[in-house]
Amino acid sequence: MALSNVFETPAAGFNFDNTSRNAALEGLFDGGQTPKPMKTGTTIAGVVFKDGVVLGADTRATSSEVVADKMCAKIHYIAPNIYCCGAGTAADTEKTTDLLSSNLTIFSLNSGRNPRVVMAVNILQDMLYRYRGQIGANLILGGVDCTGNHLYTVGPYGSVNKVPYLSMGIDLGSGNNIDICVITRQGVDYIRPYQVSEYKDNRKTKYKYRPGTTPVLTEKVVRLKLEVVQESMQRMDTA
Amino acid sequence: MNTRGLRSQLKDSVPVAGLCPQGAYGVQDSLRSGFTSVKNELLPSHPLELSEKNFQPNQDKMNFSTLRNIQGLHAPLKLQMEYRAARQIQRLPFLQSSNLALDTLRGNDESIGFEDILNDPTQSEMMGEPHMMVEYKLGLL
Repeated sequence: MALSNVFETPAAGFNFDNTSRNAALEGLFDGGQTPKPMKTGTTIAGVVFKDGVVLGADTRATSSEVVADKMCAKIHYIAPNIYCCGAGTAADTEKTTDLLSSNLTIFSLNSGRNPRVVMAVNILQDMLYRYRGQIGANLILGGVDCTGNHLYTVGPYGSVNKVPYLSMGIDLGSGNNIDICVITRQGVDYIRPYQVSEYKDNRKTKYKYRPGTTPVLTEKVVRLKLEVVQESMQRMDTA
Repeated sequence: MNTRGLRSQLKDSVPVAGLCPQGAYGVQDSLRSGFTSVKNELLPSHPLELSEKNFQPNQDKMNFSTLRNIQGLHAPLKLQMEYRAARQIQRLPFLQSSNLALDTLRGNDESIGFEDILNDPTQSEMMGEPHMMVEYKLGLL
């Protein structure tokens, strides 16, 4: 449908048209009950060792007090030799690491080289600083490349730290199973799950009810009376 | 189609929300945009809205000034001439152009960003009236 108040095609990228609507909605809820995005209330850790890097993460994704995903994958693939743990808003970490992985793949196809961990860190830093922390992604990047084994942490505002060992999150929104990813020069061992939580939910009884459990008190059947209003016939040309 | 009306050139400048009503001579165009209200102009905008709108021009300015300091005035001049030529390769205003030459010059053909994934103009839900868009582009509106 052609609108007469649209003078130019909309620009690609983020669309901020809904900010005024969101501000009005917050006024409606009056008291901080707006729906919260799904966060990974997380514990992630990374360690550099002699032959490579080990990354570990839990698998619970929460949305306020509700567990939204019990088997969430928080260790994301970036390149064959680089993996990244993500804490913060689940969608943001997912999308950011996807974009990063695509850009590094284009680079390695263009140049024929394996990407280095510093390249991933620089791309992330530029991207997250550009969006002033609105993309809630706390990432731990680890990988093995031709210059050695590296572990970096990138904050949501674009701050970068190069560390030999690190953990992040460690809040009460963590739980369920544990995933471990071991990256060495020979290859990657992604163990998912490394350890399954012992507090699994086991149902005590079956909750299926057989037919007839609820007694039927009365029954009333109303027939729909349909009358033929118009009948037309169209010849089909079968040649 | 080299004629560009003054109003369609105004979009290159930095807009301040609500202080420049969209009409001829700076007067609110009631027929198309509705009545004015102070509340409409004071609505909160996203902290990123202005910085995202100006991100590409600011990057270009920064890069050109660095290039001028390193290589002299000729380098940004030649590059800007090429950008200007590539920017003119467009279809009619209501049709989306691929901007292939511009993307190659900028280096955007080898990277993927949010502007390639989100809000794709080819899949936009709103369509403009073609006659009005051409008139806006020519400055007849």
